[in-house]
Amino acid sequence: MKRGGFLSWALWFGYAFLYVPIALLVTYSFNESRLVTVWSGFSTKWYAELLTNEPLLEATALSLQVAAVSATLSVILGTCAGMAMARFGRFRGRTLFGGMITAPLVMPEVITGLSLLLLFVAMEQVVGWPDGRGVTTITIAHTTFTLAYVAVVIQSRLAGMDGSLEEAAMDLGARPAKVFFVITLPIIAPALVAGWLLAFTLSLDDVVIASFVSGPGSTTLPMMIFSSVKFGISPQINALATLMILVVATGIFIASVVMARQDRQRKRDEQMAIQGG
Amino acid sequence: MSGVVSALSRVGLWGRGVVIAMPYLWLLLFFLVPFLIVFGISFSESIVAQPPYAPLLAWLRDEDAGTTKLQILLNLTNYLRLTGDDLYILAYLNSVKIALVTTLLCLLIGYPMAYAIARAEPARRGPLMMLVILPFWTSFLIRIYAWIGILKGNGVISNLLESLGLTSGPVEILYSDWAVYIGMTYCYLPFMVLPLYSTLEKLDPTLLEAAADLGCRPFKSFLTVTLPLSLPGIIAGSLLVFIPAVGEFVTPELLGGPDTLMIGRVLWNEFFSNRDWPVASGVAIALLLLLVVPIMYFQHVQGREEGGR
Repeated sequence: MKRGGFLSWALWFGYAFLYVPIALLVTYSFNESRLVTVWSGFSTKWYAELLTNEPLLEATALSLQVAAVSATLSVILGTCAGMAMARFGRFRGRTLFGGMITAPLVMPEVITGLSLLLLFVAMEQVVGWPDGRGVTTITIAHTTFTLAYVAVVIQSRLAGMDGSLEEAAMDLGARPAKVFFVITLPIIAPALVAGWLLAFTLSLDDVVIASFVSGPGSTTLPMMIFSSVKFGISPQINALATLMILVVATGIFIASVVMARQDRQRKRDEQMAIQGG
Repeated sequence: MSGVVSALSRVGLWGRGVVIAMPYLWLLLFFLVPFLIVFGISFSESIVAQPPYAPLLAWLRDEDAGTTKLQILLNLTNYLRLTGDDLYILAYLNSVKIALVTTLLCLLIGYPMAYAIARAEPARRGPLMMLVILPFWTSFLIRIYAWIGILKGNGVISNLLESLGLTSGPVEILYSDWAVYIGMTYCYLPFMVLPLYSTLEKLDPTLLEAAADLGCRPFKSFLTVTLPLSLPGIIAGSLLVFIPAVGEFVTPELLGGPDTLMIGRVLWNEFFSNRDWPVASGVAIALLLLLVVPIMYFQHVQGREEGGR
């Protein structure tokens, strides 16, 4: 049993490593003192200060907007890409396509950021668009790098899905587009939700690419956090971090409850279909 | 809704082309073309202008002969600077070193975790894995930030060591290579655990039983059975950690000292502080050259996994 002991210790150590820093961060956001690491009493004043920080609220609104638009775009494009890879068999340029989908997953952000900026500058010189850099360029950049993640999530869902339903619909005379919207889409819906959430979080998290492709007046929340963290830690950032963690945790909780319910519903339907048949 | 569906049904085969073309064109324009531009600009010259690089192509009009010539200017000074200056070579080597140490630390912490989760009761595996992935959903920046308060002098670790009487006075771990190792291991750990878990979970436990029946000690059967069979997971996890770690910028910038040179940081400074776009492009190409083999290998591994499904 000695090895089992070691394994559970390793597991606990791993979880402690992952969660203690976050727990400390949340705890110190309620600290009264400005010195972040000395506890001097419970207070919510940093949260109150946060709500009156005008530039920060603007940056948050901008980031949420960019994240929502780019996540939606990348779910649309990523679903197409995932379908193409998982369902369309061979087509011309498939190898290049596959490469362009997996490469962004591991591409260092500094390279993606620099290359997109140079593209935008060159495009502006040649076709006059985009006129300067700002929300549009950040949204395009975020769509590009999150698209890969969404495509991979959806492709693996499609690969793991039972194709016989689609075949049956096709045999019964449904056209490909109808099969997709009536059969495939409802089945892969959880993957679409997961992909959207993933793209949204990645966009909301990115500081490097946004710094390259943003212009004056378009500072995103991560850019603002980054520049203030460089000058040291402040309890206000702790409070902000706590709120962000809270939002993410709530989102994941709701998503998993909804998905679990859908899963149960689906199982029940299948059961009834079997009994009825 | 059904109206929309039937309208879309009429699209038929033509629709298939559109489905491929949309993401294809997007990726060509915003992923592939930018690399070609970076490659081009890395041969350009830095000038004081907007944008700050000299054009590569110029149309030269010869009025006497009435002809126009296309002139292409390529200069290699950026690359000569990269190979001639110790700063770049040091940054290059240091990035590889830091990425390797990070990968190794992730493996050391992640392997036992993945193994323990794969050996847990099936009903508990999902929640246990969820706990590993959950931190990944919270902001990367915030997670790095959390370590500043822990590692700095008078921070959590420093205070703990002092109150235990192990040290006198504050201990500063922040702004060193070790802080970067800790921060990067922390952020990349889920990327290591995920592929490891998915290979270890598929591993047939009867193989280990057979080894035990034949008198093999647990540690030896781990070395001769489990470890070789989990190699695909080790490779996939290591690539997922190593490749982005080489080009990492945020962690060394926030946790590292001024002498924690990394190539991502050098690129950032060339671009934002020196405003030297051509040299920054040269650094990007150099970084890409360093990563092209691991990235190709990663795609090969990914492709094989797809084929095996």
